[in-house]
Amino acid sequence: MKPARRRFDCLVIGAGGGGLRAALQLAQSDIHVAVVSKVFPTRSHTVAAQGGMNAALGNVTPDNWHWHMYDTVKGSDYLGDQDAIEYMCRAASRLVVELEHFGVPFTRLDNGHIYQRPFGGQSQNFGGEQAARTCAAADRTGHAILHALYQQNIRAKTHFFDEFFALDLIRDEEGFVLGALALEIETGEPLLIEAKTTLLATGGAGRMYRTTTNALINTGDGMGMALRAGIPLEDMEFQQFHPTGIAGAGMLITEGVRGEGGYLINRDGERFMERYAPHAKDLASRDVVSRAIAIEIRDDRGCGPQKDHVLLKLDHLGADIIKSRLPGIRESAIRFAGTDPIEQPIPVYPTLHYTMGGIPTDRHGQVVIPEKTGPEEAVPGLYAVGECACVSVHGANRLGGNSLLDIVVFGRAAGNHIVQYLDEHRFHRALDAAQVDRAMQRLARWEAHGDGESVPTLYNELRQIMEQYCGVFRSQEVLDEGLSKVRRIRERLIDARLQDHSRVFNTARIEALELENLVEIALATVSSAAARTESRGAHSRVDYPDRDDVNWMKHTLYTTDSEPLDYKPVRMRPMSVDAFPPKERVY
Amino acid sequence: MKFSIYRFDPEAGDKPSMQGYELDLVDKPHVRMLLDALIELKAVDESLSFRRSCREGVCGSDGMNINGRNGLACITPLADLAEPVVVRPLPGLPVIRDLIVDLTQFYTQYRAVKPWLVNHDPEPETERAQTPAERAELDGLYECILCACCSTACPSFWWNPDRFLGPAALLQAWRFLADSRDQDTGERLDGLEDPYRLFRCHTIMNCTDVCPKGLNPTRAIGKIKQMLLKRAG
Ligand SMILES: Cc1cc2nc3c(=O)[nH]c(=O)nc-3n(C[C@H](O)[C@H](O)[C@H](O)COP(=O)(O)OP(=O)(O)OC[C@H]3O[C@@H](n4cnc5c(N)ncnc54)[C@H](O)[C@@H]3O)c2cc1C
Ligand code: SF4
Ligand code: SF4
Ligand code: FES
Repeated sequence: MKPARRRFDCLVIGAGGGGLRAALQLAQSDIHVAVVSKVFPTRSHTVAAQGGMNAALGNVTPDNWHWHMYDTVKGSDYLGDQDAIEYMCRAASRLVVELEHFGVPFTRLDNGHIYQRPFGGQSQNFGGEQAARTCAAADRTGHAILHALYQQNIRAKTHFFDEFFALDLIRDEEGFVLGALALEIETGEPLLIEAKTTLLATGGAGRMYRTTTNALINTGDGMGMALRAGIPLEDMEFQQFHPTGIAGAGMLITEGVRGEGGYLINRDGERFMERYAPHAKDLASRDVVSRAIAIEIRDDRGCGPQKDHVLLKLDHLGADIIKSRLPGIRESAIRFAGTDPIEQPIPVYPTLHYTMGGIPTDRHGQVVIPEKTGPEEAVPGLYAVGECACVSVHGANRLGGNSLLDIVVFGRAAGNHIVQYLDEHRFHRALDAAQVDRAMQRLARWEAHGDGESVPTLYNELRQIMEQYCGVFRSQEVLDEGLSKVRRIRERLIDARLQDHSRVFNTARIEALELENLVEIALATVSSAAARTESRGAHSRVDYPDRDDVNWMKHTLYTTDSEPLDYKPVRMRPMSVDAFPPKERVY
Repeated sequence: MKFSIYRFDPEAGDKPSMQGYELDLVDKPHVRMLLDALIELKAVDESLSFRRSCREGVCGSDGMNINGRNGLACITPLADLAEPVVVRPLPGLPVIRDLIVDLTQFYTQYRAVKPWLVNHDPEPETERAQTPAERAELDGLYECILCACCSTACPSFWWNPDRFLGPAALLQAWRFLADSRDQDTGERLDGLEDPYRLFRCHTIMNCTDVCPKGLNPTRAIGKIKQMLLKRAG
């Protein structure tokens, strides 16, 4: 069967903040752009971001982009690429202001400027006093930004394919990416979208863990598509655990709570972060705080009858602050933890939150891979931005508030680069039917009838394995065992079957296709983690507790079914300023 | 726990029907909300279809009619529900399958109010200033998650689908009228001055009653009416 076809200059896959910011840039440059999203755009996960977006506006404390850059490099545990970090931090203020002009209802200071709150890992003057750098719209910043970006896109007449599921990239013999095959969810019909340029903005893969702050749709589809197109994933061992997910449930309690003055206590009521990070305390980097909580619980100082969580106290902030600056948090805590934070502390536990690794790109959003000439050769016609990409501005540990920034900065940068690329590549390349058939195979495979394990069974097992074998603390033995377990899931998936073969809005089929992606990404994650014999940022090895700059100042590159792993150097040279050389990381 | 769920499979050619389900909640402490229960049921009967994403009440995917009242499955505690829990798609819109409705009309109405900020002044280098009081005018408006619970509970929306804009779109119309930075007031009001688009609202309050985010479209509609009257007067 031959799928229907459509043609565009640019195909954007993903309508979160990253995809929409890029699409807007393109639509405003009169590029014929289409956005494909498996959910209606405002249901994308960006909507859930709470605390805010970093930019050195200096509205509340003195600030400048260079300090922001220092904090980001340090936060990344020196694995971030310093040219991309400089680019992002320099662009930040201008892009926040631009979002404000797009209509984002930022919270305001008395003087009418944008309100900024302190977040973890922020300092003035290269490691001095706490800075307040996170621009906020109450605790619904992601919602405010995503809706404004969607609204600007409707105004700019961007073409949307809502509720279309992208299956696979189409890549020709010479390596050019020519678009993607998608599935119209409502009809179950495939659609081939040919495009001179394709941008992946499909978000993170938090759903490979059992307890996560991530939406049910965060299944890393773009990363799976990249792997199947022979493109490696970078630094997948770095998965961020957010210190304050609601214990047992996983919903996020923003770092903004600690920014506003909330703090963590253990069973004895002790403010234990003072011991782990005497200076920054509860606002140390996320990896540091998550490890501290895990240690408190391990050493029997956890709270509750099972001693399996710690408490986040904020009642001392007073009802007014909580209601005006943290209304969404209060709603979530009452709903999912059964406590009103105005009166009682919230039970919290480190929860899988963010995928630092992803599809390797340069700072223009071009996907770059080691091929013939060097470690960073552009894949013609392919771009990636946002959580599915690895620029890498977050390195081994992302700072809170830097992801919303990442998506708008690199969404815009990729848009600009695509305009330039299209200028030099005016024509569609011939499409190779064999490539389309290969993509169609993904659908055909699930047409098989008969008995077999179900998708939810394997999905739940996978998530359990990842939590148990690739969590906050890791060791060789445990990771190796985890790796063989994930491989086993992958084998079992081959014989899994759907019972529902209907066409119209078949969500079981979508879940099966998502699981295929998750399994490949889980494999990338555990393999990369098992190989890295050091501790850096979010990757903590109990058997290798120290950072090893001699052997491991490098990015991991994982390609499906190709061993051993590949590596490439960290880009230590910023665009214009001096490099920040690795130092011991204390908070 | 017992459920009675609306089923419709357009390919089977059958009429819609209600199907009974039972879920054992023993040893399932993680199944607390209706959405959790639907996911458990789907693990057994994978043909059961519904939309979902954030599972925390912020994305607006899983609006449905629960024991006769519109709401979000992911923030509706099972403990609060009488059995059997009767779950139906949002009323008044074409059903695509099971609990999934066609929201085209709802989105068209949203786009019809030009839901974006318009400001004709040259772009300043910095943010456009707004006082905390001016910004407070947007609270209770910008938080809308487009879940369609309100519009599909509104009789005027059911009876005048192509002429009345419905509470969700009107709430957004007011969100921009109320924004001190927006300069399109005149045109926005022109677009609403019509016997149907706005004035079909008879202040029945269903919308405000069901909004899972606690927003108040009725009040927003009232404010637009006031503004129009003031302009006329
Ligand atoms: C609860 C929570 C709170 C957060 N708070 C903050 C914060 O305060 N500050 C901050 O900086 N960061 C925060 N983050 C991180 C940040 O929100 C995300 O990293 C960021 O929004 C990701 O944006 P994105 O555009 O890359 O992807 P997403 O917003 O996840 O969008 C992905 C898009 O891709 C589409 N898609 C995926 N797969 C397919 C497919 N196969 N076919 C078609 N479409 C597909 C989806 O439909 C969606 O439109 C938070 C994250 C979480 C989980
Ligand atoms: S108040 Fe108006 S908009 Fe709301 S339900 Fe009633 S008629 Fe509909
Ligand atoms: S006003 Fe409330 S009920 Fe209506 S769409 Fe918005 S959030 Fe949903
Ligand atoms: S799943 Fe997002 S609102 Fe319920």
